[in-house]
Amino acid sequence: MTIPQLLVHDRKDNVGVVVVEGLAAGTKMLCVITHDNSSFELEANADVPIGHKVALTDIKSGETAIKYGEDIGKFVADVRKGDHVHTHNLKTKRW
Amino acid sequence: MASKYSNLTFMGYRRENGRVGVRNHVIILPVDDISNAACEAVANNIKGTMALPHAYGRLQFGEDLDLHFRTMIGTGANPNVAAVVVIGIEPGWTKKIADGIASTGKPVAAFSIEQNGDLKTIMDASRAAKDFVHFASELQREECSVSELWVSTKCGESDTTTGLGSCPTVGNMYDKLLPEGIYGCFGETSEITGAEHICKARAINEEVGDRWYKMWEAYQNDVIFAHQTDDLSDSQPTKGNIEGGLTTIEEKALGNLEKIGRTSQYIDILEPAEQPRSGKGLYFMDSSSAAAECVTLMAAGGYVVHTFPTGQGNVVGNPIVPVIKITANPRTVRTMGEHVDVDVSGILRRDMTIDEAGDSLIDMIIRTSNGRSTAAEALGHREFSMTKLYRSA
Repeated sequence: MTIPQLLVHDRKDNVGVVVVEGLAAGTKMLCVITHDNSSFELEANADVPIGHKVALTDIKSGETAIKYGEDIGKFVADVRKGDHVHTHNLKTKRW
Repeated sequence: MASKYSNLTFMGYRRENGRVGVRNHVIILPVDDISNAACEAVANNIKGTMALPHAYGRLQFGEDLDLHFRTMIGTGANPNVAAVVVIGIEPGWTKKIADGIASTGKPVAAFSIEQNGDLKTIMDASRAAKDFVHFASELQREECSVSELWVSTKCGESDTTTGLGSCPTVGNMYDKLLPEGIYGCFGETSEITGAEHICKARAINEEVGDRWYKMWEAYQNDVIFAHQTDDLSDSQPTKGNIEGGLTTIEEKALGNLEKIGRTSQYIDILEPAEQPRSGKGLYFMDSSSAAAECVTLMAAGGYVVHTFPTGQGNVVGNPIVPVIKITANPRTVRTMGEHVDVDVSGILRRDMTIDEAGDSLIDMIIRTSNGRSTAAEALGHREFSMTKLYRSA
């Protein structure tokens, strides 16, 4: 099996995790949803370090980020499908 | 029902109280910070002993003092310890700790420094320590059932790969071994924030879940919000977590909770360093998320093997409990592989299933229990970090 570049926990998720080193902008990533082993393709808009997240759809500021099928915080900037998601555009709702 | 894990055995040390240890340490335990020097001198004199220096033990009071005693006594009572020399500045608290440890039936000797001085104390304690080394070195390992293991867990320097790989590996191990009758333990109270609704629902019943929730809420109010000066975004998640791609506490908490698997439920809640009293099963210990503190508390609770998923590469160890490191992050395997006991990075490549990863961890738990040194033991990591609840008098 080809090695995936992005793993997604759950079908409901709107972010996935880069699981390879040195992922470059423009890479058409093989993405696998671990819950049901289904796969899809997504182009990365930026160089994204291993372990960091990528948006799976276009998302507006104020919307909720979903990972593990659960709420992991709110977006504080608009993001496009394939964008790097981290502290610059996602924030906790807890503190 | 018998599973393929029911017949697993390991060679352990059966102690006087029936508990089984996987190590055979003779420890020199200081009651207080000012007795560290004498303890270290004894450990230097007598080969095969180990001093456990720490920063506390004077002018503590109330709940904080209770925790100090519980940690000291629990550490000495841990089945990985064959015998204990206790040294304190004065005889009162020294005797209290020695008596607490001696209630397990293991050999304990207590010495106090006032009216003796360091030199006479070191000489007397060294003679006792030497006798204990002879005693411990003649003890033999015997075959024990996997059901006699007490296995704790806490993750550290987590990243997004811990939630994908190493934490589910520990969860898979618990789902397989808890039904065999082991004792399990997880904790890290502040790190459940964001997934508290899920953790509450994983209690064995509503009463335990309600007690868990009250405990979590008290930590939030009395510790986090009472001392909060910023939004904690640099502490929880930590800088290392953020480097590894974790953005929020909710995301970190959901990954953390993967350590209790799919089916496991906790049966009771423990105070920091408290020993379980509700029988075999999984417990939640109210504890800090700082690695060395948390492992020290769980060791004092009587756990003999610790499973430690890491993403970015936390290097923590413990003086008396082997800490097994598990990582799914291929970069961590590449750059700091000497700290890794179980490499589950195959999960990210999709060439290893969680089920296979869980089996490889169980295999490493058995090998470690048989005597294999962990990476942390081989590298000399002996972090003994006491939790302190508030300032001394």
